[in-house]
Amino acid sequence: MRLERRERVPALALVAAPVAAILAALSLCSILIALAGASVLAAYGTLLNESFGGRLGITETLTRATPLIFTGLAAAVAFRARFWNIGAEGQFYMGAIAVAALGSINFGLSPMMEIPLLLVCGALAGACFIAGPAILKVQFGVDEVVTTLLLNFVAILLVSLLVEGPMRDPLSFGWPQSEPIIDTAVLPHLVERSRLHWGFVLALLAAAAVAFLHARSVFGLSTIAVGLSAPAARHAGIKVERVLIMAALGSGMLAGLGGAVEVMGLKGYVTTDLSPGYGAAGVIVAMLASLNPLGIVPAAVFVAAMFVGADAMARAHGVPSFIADVIVATSLLSMLVALFLAEYRVRR
Amino acid sequence: MTPALELAGITKQFGQLLANDRINLSLGRGEVLALLGENGAGKTTLMNILFGHYVADAGSVRVFGRELPKGDPAAAIAAGIGMVHQHFTLAGNLSVLDNITIGTEPLFALRSRRSRARARLHDLARRFGLQVDLDARVADLSVGEQQRVEILKSLFREARILILDEPTAVLTPQESERLFSTLRSMTQEGLSIVFISHKLHEVITHADRVAVLRQGRLVAERPTQGASRAELAELMVGRRVLHPSRTPLPPGRTLLRLQGVSAGSTGQGGLAAVDLDLREREVLAIVGVAGNGQAALSRLLAGLSLPTAGSIEIDGHHLRRVDPSGLQQMGLAHIPEDRHKEGVVSDLQLYENAILERIRDRRFSAFGLLRPRAARAHAATLIEAFDIRGAKPTTRTRLLSGGNMQKLILGRNLIEKPRIIVASQPTRGLDEGAVAEIHRRLLEARSDDAGILLISEDLDEVFRIADRVQVIFRGRLSAPLPIEQTSEAGLGLMMAGEERHEAGTA
Repeated sequence: MRLERRERVPALALVAAPVAAILAALSLCSILIALAGASVLAAYGTLLNESFGGRLGITETLTRATPLIFTGLAAAVAFRARFWNIGAEGQFYMGAIAVAALGSINFGLSPMMEIPLLLVCGALAGACFIAGPAILKVQFGVDEVVTTLLLNFVAILLVSLLVEGPMRDPLSFGWPQSEPIIDTAVLPHLVERSRLHWGFVLALLAAAAVAFLHARSVFGLSTIAVGLSAPAARHAGIKVERVLIMAALGSGMLAGLGGAVEVMGLKGYVTTDLSPGYGAAGVIVAMLASLNPLGIVPAAVFVAAMFVGADAMARAHGVPSFIADVIVATSLLSMLVALFLAEYRVRR
Repeated sequence: MTPALELAGITKQFGQLLANDRINLSLGRGEVLALLGENGAGKTTLMNILFGHYVADAGSVRVFGRELPKGDPAAAIAAGIGMVHQHFTLAGNLSVLDNITIGTEPLFALRSRRSRARARLHDLARRFGLQVDLDARVADLSVGEQQRVEILKSLFREARILILDEPTAVLTPQESERLFSTLRSMTQEGLSIVFISHKLHEVITHADRVAVLRQGRLVAERPTQGASRAELAELMVGRRVLHPSRTPLPPGRTLLRLQGVSAGSTGQGGLAAVDLDLREREVLAIVGVAGNGQAALSRLLAGLSLPTAGSIEIDGHHLRRVDPSGLQQMGLAHIPEDRHKEGVVSDLQLYENAILERIRDRRFSAFGLLRPRAARAHAATLIEAFDIRGAKPTTRTRLLSGGNMQKLILGRNLIEKPRIIVASQPTRGLDEGAVAEIHRRLLEARSDDAGILLISEDLDEVFRIADRVQVIFRGRLSAPLPIEQTSEAGLGLMMAGEERHEAGTA
């Protein structure tokens, strides 16, 4: 038996790959559910019902998907250029804390001014946080995996320092959380009596913008060329270092924007558990979408649905809610296999 | 007497490609057989099947009458087959002795039997003229010496049949001669030899018999005695190839001048104070054995590195800060040595590669946004004008054959009418038809007043299209010689470092 690279990857295979991967992951995880002593169909039924059944389920899933779309886009933008930004978590927190710091002060601006300005600040905070690793990478060849990864811890500890110290809300009864942002800084709700906010629309716009840039802009083609073959791109006169820095900054901006939107639309303040690992989950989302910006939206919705549904499944059937993590992780692994099989075929 | 080697009905298919189609071949004891064919004809596949790296779909391999198990290199070695690959399989940081004995001793032996190995190797080296310092580090050896180590390694493992894949590709003409006399002395002791080649003259001079492969089929098998180059070439290509001929043109003004240019560290592929003058309407060839500074020169003229000393002038303008797009705007086109790595982004579509070097040109983008329709139209023009076969603008570039990929790279440059063309190994690995096509295009550009700097290791190519030649050796360039005043032997000696006044003239 040997593997052979396909001459052309059929378009159907690219669509079928994530679907097959998710189905494979769900069937693998059904073994775990059965082992936990629950009925597989009933458990998955509860999961689906909770995350997609009814207005509440759907809005809750889309609310959870919003930060995942941003961090997924952040991963896709960087990975396309082969800049391995593993630090979306840190950039997310920097965007969030910047918005919490500025948004809690009343400058007397109208919402039409306040909201865009805060979003820009959040994006810039994320970009600033990745600028160091990006410059170190192109100037000295420092591995960005290490620097971006380690800066995650710096970001979380910094946020922890701020929310326990100078930024602590005096009315929080001693809980480590920042002062809430003022009303004019809050993103309005999208659906009444739900937590879904306009941030979701922003996320969709961001996905469309990234898709357009990748497909139609000089910057997009340069990024893709650098990612596929830096030596050939350099030889063709593309300024590889500049493209890498731009892609990294873009990635940081998207992650920072994600953090800003989460604070402005959902939480209103920052705590150290603002993100239950949106940075790492963003990498999974991006991989599930094979770095396609438009594919990131459904991929993020899938991952969000698993997290939303898992709690209900745990309550109703006694299956540990960690099963959501297992499903998401398994689907990433299956996706890698599925993508491989889309690119190659097995021959006797 | 049973033949040393017998291949019967060997068939191997890779996807759509039939790499070997029912090949029958035998090798007598003490015989030198040349396997002739273009790139992609299936020579290397056949040898890899023989050596057990690949498993054939059908057919059998017999060595001294006994059938070899499939896909088992260890069995092939045990049966007495030794293989010298085109890319050596040596560990650079180990000594020659270690490289040869590695894998022949039990892993947990308490003491190694080095002195016995050493004595045997001295004996082998003496018998076959394969002198190398057994204690030298392999990385410090020349390519010719490394090849001797590879051959010694096979002999040490008691090979009776030696297979050499393009053994002369990296050697100077003199080193090649020496290799063939070694091979001859081995056959006198009863060893059998197969060497793969696409160089007709060495096949005719040094092999007893030649087998010609074309598109996976064995198309001819005959003694070399009485065979002519033209006849073999036609068998190999399947048709008569018309090579373009160079007509003398009066050269014009100087386009590109290098004065005392150094780059990198000499001795390690750098350049040491080289001078050259490239004029309008001429092809200036820089010829030398690989690794003597060609790569540094090529990178310099691609705008990928800066000289550490000396000056580069284009049209009399001194270059200070160079980058690839800057040089391109000055009318310099660069054809890189490695098509797949530097020439194109192979996973992009053809039309994207067609515009990649001019992505910011107003024809292909406006306000930072691409104009895909214009780019596709441009690619269609290139496909038409440069005869890029079997391709559409949206074809994935990876799927092009080497020749068609090179036509794309050359075409996207030539269509802009560059004044200076720096071409590094432009025809390496291409079939004869594509070689003739590339040469024709370069000569056309020359008639259109361009100056062409041809960096090449292929003397045939140099004699076909160059007007003047400079030899590169250890980072230094010889003075330019008109091609009419040189000979293959003379250039060969200069490529090996001999001074011109001793040996340069014909």
